Amino acid sequence: MTAIIAQAGVVDTGDTAWMLAATALVLLMTPALGLFYAGLVREKNTLNTFMMSVGAIAIATVTWALVGYSLAFDGTGKIVGGLHLALLNNVDFAPRAGTTIPQLVFFAFQATFCIITTALVSGAVVERMRFGPFLLFSALWSVLVYSVLAHWSFGGGWLAAQGTLDFAGGVPVEMGSGFSALAAALVVGARKDHGRQALLPHNAVYVLLGAGLLWFGWFGFNGGSGFSTGNPSVLAFTNTLLTPACTLAVWFVLDVVRGSHVTAIGAATAIIVGCVGITPAAGFISPAWAMVLGAVAALPSYGVIVWRTRTRVDETLDVLAAHGVAGFTGILFIGIFASQSWNGVADGALYGDASQFVEQAVAAVATPIYAFVVTYVLLKAIALVCPLRGSDHDEAIGMDIVHHGEEAYASGEGAILIKPDGDIEELLRVPERV
Amino acid sequence: MTVKLVIGIVRPDKANDVLEALYRAEVRGFSLSRVQGHGGELERVETYRGTRVQMGLADKVRFEIAVSDEFVQPTIDALCDGAQTGEVGDGKIFVVPLERAVRIRTGETDHGAVTPVGKS
Repeated sequence: MTAIIAQAGVVDTGDTAWMLAATALVLLMTPALGLFYAGLVREKNTLNTFMMSVGAIAIATVTWALVGYSLAFDGTGKIVGGLHLALLNNVDFAPRAGTTIPQLVFFAFQATFCIITTALVSGAVVERMRFGPFLLFSALWSVLVYSVLAHWSFGGGWLAAQGTLDFAGGVPVEMGSGFSALAAALVVGARKDHGRQALLPHNAVYVLLGAGLLWFGWFGFNGGSGFSTGNPSVLAFTNTLLTPACTLAVWFVLDVVRGSHVTAIGAATAIIVGCVGITPAAGFISPAWAMVLGAVAALPSYGVIVWRTRTRVDETLDVLAAHGVAGFTGILFIGIFASQSWNGVADGALYGDASQFVEQAVAAVATPIYAFVVTYVLLKAIALVCPLRGSDHDEAIGMDIVHHGEEAYASGEGAILIKPDGDIEELLRVPERV
Repeated sequence: MTVKLVIGIVRPDKANDVLEALYRAEVRGFSLSRVQGHGGELERVETYRGTRVQMGLADKVRFEIAVSDEFVQPTIDALCDGAQTGEVGDGKIFVVPLERAVRIRTGETDHGAVTPVGKS
């Protein structure tokens, strides 16, 4: 690394300041995702879809503090970490090994990753999965899938040990969520109206605003993944601007070629695909190659979206295409285009180290298999305990009313106020003396 | 020959099924609006920040279909086919006589006005 990076082992105030802000930026991504997803579903499922993201904040934060963080970041076991950091034991103001920020900040920053990844999977099962089972799934998935994959690529597990480069989570976040989403969609099954009726996004403005806020938060996601204000973070930050912009431009062209219009929801999707594509590569490739990555990443994801709508697989909000496939593309791209002159760590095949591509390919194969299989088995197991989805009648009414007793767009017409038992006047009245 | 107005009030989530059934019955002209109403269904309670309210009105979709006599029964059948779930709240169908119907484009009246172009 370069001289700008402060000495490891000592807390650096500048690095810490940036990481505090970056953590808040990444946390914002989850409500942004909720908004993005809510716009993509039908009106009657708006709140439930949003609440799955909000639910992930509650559940994944708790599981992360209890055991998830420790399994991901304690020690260098091959498959999972240890339990020395469970219940936030030993997580304090001392710098996290290898960084210049207090471990407490490192913990919080990584927690926001676990949260958004858990929320991402919900996109596969919206509009039919029951809320309770989803929360149970979130709790188990955040530990069994996310923490394990995070250990593999971030925490010194076998992928990191064999040299796989993953700057901000192509393995645990993007491929982890995308291929889990496919498994979840297969186990939970299609919505009852899928393939019979046109199920349209109910608010494209939410979708665009959500995508915009996600992109904003992604500067903390990628820019913070260097855990400093040093060169890798600066490179990752700027690449987070360049790549999605190129994906957008290419997506416009693809849209015009296929349908003669540049679509707004297509544009929102392109922003996500670009952000995902650069996530693993952000601190490893030059800005010029980052722009190429943006253009290249559009193609497979666009293809999978087109293909998916022709199948009976109701992977409703295309988590596989936007996250799984774009993350896959980004992980492989590093193997060819990483350059040591930019990242100070390793070269890809183009710059003379073909073995890097192999190390990337191993991650690109192992991660999808692990995520898919564990999610599939986990949901099948949960289904033995409680039904994953409600009746067709509930689905027709909509998840908002059935699971939350609220409507996103309640007009108040015809709503009759129910007075609390005994009436407030009654409760406040002083009893008369006898 | 007289003309009738068939009014069908159905569940919003069944509106697409009704459209399909009408199409199959070759009933091609109708208007559709979103309405709120109250029938015999159980009222549901919603809570907003501790304020509990009883929702007295349910969202419905109202079809208005002007047809000539021989199309009244097929229209009713299509509405029932498409909208029935068997649960309380499936809706109602009303058939009322129409004094006159006029097609604005041609000035045709009554039977001619409600018969799709190309049929007679």
